[in-house]
Amino acid sequence: MTIRHHHFLRLSALALGLAPLAAGAVEYTQVLPEKSAVAFTYRQMNVPVEGAFKRFKGQLSFDPAKPAGARAELEIDMAGVDAGSAEANEEVAGKLWFNTRAFPSARFVSTGIQPLGKDRYEVTGRMTIKGRTLDARAPASFRQDGKNAVFEGAFVLKRADYGIGEGMWADFGTVANEVQIKFRLVAAPAPDKK
Amino acid sequence: MDRPAAYTLTAIRLHWLVAVAIIGTFAVGLYMHDLPLSPRKLQIYSWHKWAGVSLFLLVLFRLAWRIGHRPPAEPEGMPAWQRKAAAAVHHTLYLLMLAVPLSGWLMSSAKGFQTVWFGIVPLPDLVAKNKELGDTLQALHMALNFTMAALVVAHAGAALKHHFVDRDDVLVRMLPFLKK
Ligand code: HEM
Ligand code: HEM
Repeated sequence: MTIRHHHFLRLSALALGLAPLAAGAVEYTQVLPEKSAVAFTYRQMNVPVEGAFKRFKGQLSFDPAKPAGARAELEIDMAGVDAGSAEANEEVAGKLWFNTRAFPSARFVSTGIQPLGKDRYEVTGRMTIKGRTLDARAPASFRQDGKNAVFEGAFVLKRADYGIGEGMWADFGTVANEVQIKFRLVAAPAPDKK
Repeated sequence: MDRPAAYTLTAIRLHWLVAVAIIGTFAVGLYMHDLPLSPRKLQIYSWHKWAGVSLFLLVLFRLAWRIGHRPPAEPEGMPAWQRKAAAAVHHTLYLLMLAVPLSGWLMSSAKGFQTVWFGIVPLPDLVAKNKELGDTLQALHMALNFTMAALVVAHAGAALKHHFVDRDDVLVRMLPFLKK
């Protein structure tokens, strides 16, 4: 899987108008995957089942002083999905679900961030799963943890919008359409450029 | 101690209702295990779990009834070892009728699939998700099931022997419509 960090960094630099960082301001850029988590809860036969995306990479540029200029990008390696059991993992990799072979990754690229007050934001962006790109939005809260930033949020994704669970799974009677997604992204400040 | 002459009608109905339901739930358990994953499989698993939980409650009621209503005495002339064996099998069956669904419930929790009775009443997860524990409890659920099945076969065989060989009233008092 290729992740176009460099390309993306260039893009985000463009988005920031190539402005040099203001002295003293902190900008968070590096998502620390081992401290972060992207988890989900789906319902089958009304039984809540927990799962998680174990492998992902993220880039952001977030300056608490200038949240409007922030950007975020998350790329999820779909081979790292844990859908709750070995049998389910095998199933969701298949064509009817994520079709991991044809669509090895999912991504979210932010297009805007609206402050909601009190360190809460609404992130809007483009979500691509299984080759389909749709507008998505999610609330996210920001807090500081030591020198890192922690972004947390949850939103509901409708699996049918992305064709996740087709054919015999398309009916919502067994597996519900609404999937609760929870994320916690921990980001480190940009390394000092001297 | 005084023993009544017959089983109560309630005891008889409970015996057969539970027997039919256990045999059905057992068959569904065996059948569903090898199904390829599909919505149908998830449904059948849920139905199996709902039936098992219902059976557990029914057996609790049956036990309460049994404590309040002693069974009739064994037929005259039944050897002591057979009385003891019959009592031991009956007690073990009561125990297994509770242990089998309990192990199923715990297994489901350990495997990370909570039991939601009829899709409405969530049962608490007494154990956290844990793969090894889930596999152990699955083996336990299976072992308890096969023990229960072996005992039921012996139990039914003994009942038939009473009826056709000893020609006593043991089967008839549990199946009164056989009475002529
Ligand atoms: C008297 C009640 C029950 C009977 C007779 C029964 C019987 C069985 C049998 C024969 C199997 C197949 C064993 C195997 O091949 O692994 C099975 C599997 C299973 N039972 Fe039960 N069961 C009962 C209650 C329950 C309850 C209450 C639950 C959960 C709440 C439950 C959950 C399961 C599950 C999840 C499996 C499948 C294990 C697997 O294949 O992964 N059972 N049961
Ligand atoms: C899952 C299946 C079954 C279970 C769990 C079961 C369990 C029991 C238990 C616990 C008792 C003792 C009742 C008491 O005195 O407290 C009993 C009695 C009896 N069962 Fe079953 N049974 C099953 C199936 C059968 C079958 C298939 C037959 C007949 C072919 C049968 C025939 C009898 C008879 C005749 C009695 C009365 C024994 C007596 O009067 O002392 N049972 N059963």
